[in-house]
Amino acid sequence: MEKSTSPTCSSSVSENRGWYIKKKFIPVVWKNASNLALAWLIPVGLLLIWGYLSASGNLNQLFPTPRELVQTTVRLISDGTLFDNLRISLIRAAGGLAIGGVIGFVLGVLTGQFETADTILNTPIQMIKSVPRLAVLPLILIWFGIGETAKVVLIALSTFFPVYLNTFHGIRSINPELIEMGKVYGFSSWEMFKHITFPGAISSIMIGVRQSLGSTWLILIVAETIAAKSGIGYMATNAREYMMMDVIVLSMILYALLGMVSDRIAVSITKRLLQWDPNYRRS
Amino acid sequence: MAGYSIQIRNLTKRYGSTEVLRNINLTIKEGEFVGLVGKSGCGKSTLLRIVSALTRSSGGSIQIDGREALEIDPEVRFLFQDARLLPWKTVLENVILGSPERNKEKALQALQAVDLEDRKNFWPSDLSGGQRQRVSLARALVGTPRVLLLDEPLSALDALTRINMQRLIEKLWQEWRFTVVLVTHDVSEAVYLADRVILIENGEIGLDEKIKLARPRLKNNDSAYYEGKILDRILKPQQPELIQYTI
Repeated sequence: MEKSTSPTCSSSVSENRGWYIKKKFIPVVWKNASNLALAWLIPVGLLLIWGYLSASGNLNQLFPTPRELVQTTVRLISDGTLFDNLRISLIRAAGGLAIGGVIGFVLGVLTGQFETADTILNTPIQMIKSVPRLAVLPLILIWFGIGETAKVVLIALSTFFPVYLNTFHGIRSINPELIEMGKVYGFSSWEMFKHITFPGAISSIMIGVRQSLGSTWLILIVAETIAAKSGIGYMATNAREYMMMDVIVLSMILYALLGMVSDRIAVSITKRLLQWDPNYRRS
Repeated sequence: MAGYSIQIRNLTKRYGSTEVLRNINLTIKEGEFVGLVGKSGCGKSTLLRIVSALTRSSGGSIQIDGREALEIDPEVRFLFQDARLLPWKTVLENVILGSPERNKEKALQALQAVDLEDRKNFWPSDLSGGQRQRVSLARALVGTPRVLLLDEPLSALDALTRINMQRLIEKLWQEWRFTVVLVTHDVSEAVYLADRVILIENGEIGLDEKIKLARPRLKNNDSAYYEGKILDRILKPQQPELIQYTI
């Protein structure tokens, strides 16, 4: 709730109470609106500067005007190109993230729960993780061609590690006192996982998912730029050939929006899963 | 339904070369309320953990209801110093986990017994320390245990909450008649609750005192007599070679 300075002497108690009530009556809507305004302050500010520069004729040929950009957007929406490319990019991102996430989760659970699994798996996982993803790209292109599999494999390869590491860490940092409680109540190992280990590791796992989201978009751009015939990255590369600055900028904006929206979704899922935790219930 | 008896024979426990418990012999009758007191590090909590099979002994035997206690027994429940509720489960879900058959009705009854039914959908983080410990008591009771082992469950609570909890434990014990072993560093709490107070000193039984006071117990000269007697014994100067036991 609102942080109020506690009254220093008894006479100020009633004043303080009045202030508190007044403060409480400020509509919540207003607080939300002002937060929203603050969150968009910088993007909208940049947009205004851009508009000003364009209107005053200070933009050179290498930068599209807001009008061109809007026209292009409308054109690409109406002929369906934008949505087709967006859809295919989203499918690739979701597929790669799902596969990488599941692999990372399963590996993290295994190494987190069983010492032997950790001994066997940790070294190879660290080695795979240490090879730069883009260095693997030629290999993947040769193996899988430029079809969908190559992109999904590449994304899966770069997203499994954050989920793996955070799942492992989440499971290892479960309070041993809760495990002992589970023993007293005769939990089976499945119940131990279902009631104690997994729910306790969720906050960590979700941090891994958010980190993976970041690399998902990054790798997707690269993959679609180098080897694709569709998708937002392809749209941008293709536009470069013809110096279509408006399409390039539009693709950049789309990536920024996709990254932001996907992170927002991850945050709201986290909040929902962790509603028991007072730290996630503040807002 | 009565509680189970507990027989402890020649029990010893060593951590490395340190002997924490030495040759403990103790018989606890069915439905008896025993208080284990002693300085911190005297081995009273270790004894309780061995009875519950959470810790292995180094020698000797423990029989609960005539059977060797080698594994954790669903009829024996343990209450820790902290409530150890699962923070991601509601109060009711936590209590349900205490019943071997995961019975919701029984869980509600147990919550009713500790007077927290109205909080059944709360998260543990929304409860006070005393309420959390009451939920943990409900979780221990939902499986209708025959033995309740209490490891200083009230030591982290404030004075008033503690008195309330003591009364609640006494009331539930009188209704359910399970056997209780209460480990506490608070002698007056032991005298208030227990039929019998046992003092553990340097890993051995130093004193075994029957508290012959009527229930419900009152704080008066009679209870002060027992408290004084036990405290005198605990605080009496020790021989120098025995002070080394500090674990």
